[in-house]
Amino acid sequence: MTPLLEARGLSRAFGHVQALDEAEFDVRAGEVVALVGDNGAGKSTLVKALTGNLEADRGELLFDGRPVSFTSPAQAFALGIEVVFQDLALAPHLNPVQNMFLGREIPRRGLLGRLGFMDERAMRERAEAGFRDLGGTVTDLTARVGEMSGGQRQQIAIVRAITWADRLVFLDEPTAALGVVQTRHVLDTIKRVRDKGIAVVLISHSMPEVLEVADRVQVMRLGRRVAVFEGADTTVEQLVGAMTGGIR
Amino acid sequence: MSLVQRLSRLQSVWILGVLVVIVVLFSIAAGQRFLSTGNFSLISQNIAVWAVLGVGMTFVIITSGIDLSIGSVLVFSSVVAAKVMAAVGGDGWSTASLGIGAALLSGIAWGTLNGFLVARARIPALIVTLGTLSVALGLAQVLTGGIDIRSVPESLTDFNTYIKIVGIPALPFVALVTVVAGAIVLHRTRFGRYTYAIGSNQIAARRMGINVERHLIGVYGLTGALAGLGAVLALSQFGTTTIAGQSLTNLNVIAAVVIGGTSIFGGEGSIFGTVVGLFIPAVLQAGFVIIGVESFWQGVAVGSVLVAAVFVDQSRRARAQRGASSTRKERT
Repeated sequence: MTPLLEARGLSRAFGHVQALDEAEFDVRAGEVVALVGDNGAGKSTLVKALTGNLEADRGELLFDGRPVSFTSPAQAFALGIEVVFQDLALAPHLNPVQNMFLGREIPRRGLLGRLGFMDERAMRERAEAGFRDLGGTVTDLTARVGEMSGGQRQQIAIVRAITWADRLVFLDEPTAALGVVQTRHVLDTIKRVRDKGIAVVLISHSMPEVLEVADRVQVMRLGRRVAVFEGADTTVEQLVGAMTGGIR
Repeated sequence: MSLVQRLSRLQSVWILGVLVVIVVLFSIAAGQRFLSTGNFSLISQNIAVWAVLGVGMTFVIITSGIDLSIGSVLVFSSVVAAKVMAAVGGDGWSTASLGIGAALLSGIAWGTLNGFLVARARIPALIVTLGTLSVALGLAQVLTGGIDIRSVPESLTDFNTYIKIVGIPALPFVALVTVVAGAIVLHRTRFGRYTYAIGSNQIAARRMGINVERHLIGVYGLTGALAGLGAVLALSQFGTTTIAGQSLTNLNVIAAVVIGGTSIFGGEGSIFGTVVGLFIPAVLQAGFVIIGVESFWQGVAVGSVLVAAVFVDQSRRARAQRGASSTRKERT
């Protein structure tokens, strides 16, 4: 089966630091892949390179088996790839609806739309539907995101990503700021997204979480992929061993 | 959250209250002399040029930028316009429209240069526009030998003196149209939305696929174009270029924008607030003259209002942030 998105020999250096060193990666349609590794293993850099937020020095990307290159996030969006960044990439002065449609505002019909006027009502309705589906705690869609809690912000970023993703969602530490109940929500959401046929790449430090939802686990260390496990028959010890280099 | 609560959180609403209080106080002190149509007509005429500049400045400050060069760009544009009109000759509207075109082009050119240096060369806006402030004024002086050009076509000066549109003198009318158009673009269009987004979180805007550099060049270009329009209005108002007369224009406009609740850190603000912020110094000035207080006190009052307004705004915002973590806790 051809992977949905595949990276071959991806390298990127920041000065003397080799953040990515011939890194490999692949995710298949409709599966949840966990990307794990110790701090500084290159996970976030890899995600940026896979989503048009960072250009690699070397290496190639294949989408549906065809070579692609991303020089901007918009090109990844066009292929149905979305990201929830660790920093969430939300504008604190804008409300959840405005954040959700940022860069993708629905224009008004006709001439007004061409002049840049936006269909606020259509955007609000779609956003309401999205937040209802997630079943989270974001209830006031007119308040500023900056005045909301960490958990609510996280939900906004997640709803935004799964609303726009047709093929693939990257989630960089989506549960780091969340409590028990909301973590549950996010994990359920991940499964629901996968059941819709959208692939999910989950970056997480929580091994039990990873083993619960991931179909496969790819382990990174020192900028390269060092192991791939099937989710079902893997133990936390195996993962930690691969992450730290204790087990080969 | 109710509409009243939402409104009460806006700096522009508080500052409108301050303006109303000032107007009431002067009305009590000076009565009809202050409340007359003539007085307010004069006030609106005095702030017309600044209002046009203030629209552009509001956009720039919302992106968390600054444009110190508007006064100099206004001077340069008015010099270019005056030169063009003198070269063509005549007092009619055809001459004037060539001058207007020249002023707008000159403004757009300076603004685009500012935007390019800020967005692409990544030089801080404060430095870029401090530089163009000096360069534009210097070049205007080179072009004129430092002597104001007084040959402005009559059609342009008559526009200010005689023409009224729906009862409003021409200059304030042009300013009003600009202000309304600016507010619509800022609050209702994608261009405005991106302006807020970039000022709020530039990295997020970039990650969401917004072409931040192009947008910033557009915002500074718009500000330049409005400085060009301001140049035309100033020529119409004074019948001469004002080479030495614009050195504090930038600071007065920035003060008005900030008094009106636009955050110098970006991400929030409104054109309405800027207009209120312009009226406060203008009303103070007019009122002081009428009640016989030396108009020097205007500077004292405006400076104090500026600092007080920002202080009140900041502490209110800090309270809102603390409130976010305690009272707005998630229901889990």
